[in-house]
Parts: sequence; structure tokens; C-alpha cells
Amino acid sequence: MTLEDIQTILNAAVLARRADLGVSIDRAYCADLMSDVLAFSVTNSLLITGLTNAQVIRTAEIADIRAIVFVQSKRPDMETIALAEGRKIPLLATQLSMFDTCGKLYANGLRSQSVDPA
Amino acid sequence: MTGGADEGVYFITGKDFTNAGAASSSLKKLLEDRGVPADIVRRFSIAAFEAEMNAIIYAVAGMMRYSITRDMVKVTLQDMGPGIPDISLAMTEGYSTAPDYIREMGFGSGMGLPNIKKNVDHMTITSVVGEGTTLEFDIALSPSP
Ligand SMILES: Nc1ncnc2c1ncn2[C@@H]1O[C@H](COP(=O)(O)OP(=O)(O)OP(=O)(O)O)[C@@H](O)[C@H]1O
Ligand SMILES: [Mg+2]
Repeated sequence: MTLEDIQTILNAAVLARRADLGVSIDRAYCADLMSDVLAFSVTNSLLITGLTNAQVIRTAEIADIRAIVFVQSKRPDMETIALAEGRKIPLLATQLSMFDTCGKLYANGLRSQSVDPA
Repeated sequence: MTGGADEGVYFITGKDFTNAGAASSSLKKLLEDRGVPADIVRRFSIAAFEAEMNAIIYAVAGMMRYSITRDMVKVTLQDMGPGIPDISLAMTEGYSTAPDYIREMGFGSGMGLPNIKKNVDHMTITSVVGEGTTLEFDIALSPSP
């Protein structure tokens, strides 16, 4: 699915002045622990998190995360948004809880690892 | 892959969370610019970032030296800090002494050092309590045959 599909499914706001919502996303990882993201996420994933500090953006950059969804109406500050813009990592913000965010995306076909059949 | 040997140093300031990760992020770019395969760049960046975060979280200051040759990237992160009393305990998954405010930032799950070890080819830690810690690691830059 595309980032735009994800935006629609989650009824999410886009926190970027220029974001390419056409990028294709086919896997996701959900965590509030950045070391878990670094240890277990796969490259080009969507990151779903409730943390909004600058370390989340740095972690995403290091782990080759393609885009980030902030759950539960949480918003990063402007500096953090600017950092993400500089790294070309689109940010979305949804009012949904983490559980509902993951549930909706899963129901629409998004998975944690590659969609390639095993 | 292009380019000869390349080396340098980044200075790291303890508790400087605004710039946390900046050194690892520029090293990542250096490797990308040299045409290093993406999976190797990712392994390297994750190790460098975990090491950098540890220095920022636990130490007063640190120096991150790197050297990149055609075949290998090597990092030595020497910090001035409390040191690690029991290195094998610190290497255990889940062991962490991080305070609550670090956990609120998403760190302190005790996964950093084990994850560095998992991603690099060689890693050594030496530490003197009350003086500081030196972490060294290297990764081969050509895909293994
Ligand atoms: N540079 C350092 N100086 C002093 N102590 C350190 C240093 N690096 C690691 N440690 C000690 O080793 C423990 C384990 O480190 P590790 O990086 O594995 O986990 P963490 O930093 O606690 O959490 P995480 O890396 O998952 O965010 C730390 O909690 C700390 O007690
Ligand atoms: Mg750590």
C-alpha cells in the first residue's frame, strides 16, 4: 500500500511541508523502544510509535525506516519535524490508539516483515 | 567501491540529546557515498548509533574515531565516564542501568551492546571504573562471498 492509503485508513494528518505520499509501504514495525526498532525492524518499514522526540527521527534514519506514524494524537515539536524533513522521512499523526492503528493497518494487509510468501 | 583511506574523529558531549546520533548519521552518509552495499551500511549505522547513544547517555564526553579503507570500516569510541564494572553483565540482553528519563526517550532496554555485537564482525570493550570505557568494532565492507 502507499503512504496515502495509510493516511486514509488512519485518518491521519501529514506533518511535513513536502511529503511524497506515493511511496510504497509493505511492512511495519511498532515500538516505543528505540533499541527494539534498531534490533528487530526490517529496512524500509513504517514505524508506528507513541514517542515523538528527536531520537525517534535519528533512529528511523539509522534503521532505514521509510515513514513514521505517531499514535494517540501525539505531535512532535517543530524542530523534530524539521529534522525529519531534512532526512526525507514523512511523518503522520493519528488520533487512534496504538492498538487500533496496528489493527486497522493489519486488517488492510500490512505485515511486520516482507509480504513475500515464505 | 571508490576512494582510499578516510579517517576522522567526532566529539561527543554527554547528555547532548539534541545532537545525539549526528556522528553516526554523518558516518552513514560517508559509507553511502562510497557505494557500500545498503545492508552493510545499515549494520554499521546501527552499531555506531547504539555506541554513540551509550556515550551520550552514560559518559561526560567521548571521542569517536573512524577509519574507512576499501575493505573495512573501524570505529573506536573512547569515553570519559563512570566505566562498566561488569562487562559480561552489561552485554546481557535486557540488562540496563538507564534512569527513567532515558527510558522515556525510548532507550534503556538493555539491547544496545548485544545489538552492536550482532551487527559487527569484531567488537572489544575495555573499561576502567571511574575513568571511562573504550568500545572498538569493525565491519568488512565487501559482501562476504
Ligand atoms: N559507555 C558506557 N559507559 C558506562 N556504562 C555503560 C556504557 N555503555 C553501556 N554501559 C552500561 O551497560 C548497560 C547496558 O548497555 P546497553 O547499551 O546494552 O543497554 P542500555 O543502554 O541500557 O539500553 P539500550 O541500549 O537498549 O537503549 C547500560 O545500562 C550501562 O549500565
Ligand atoms: Mg545502550
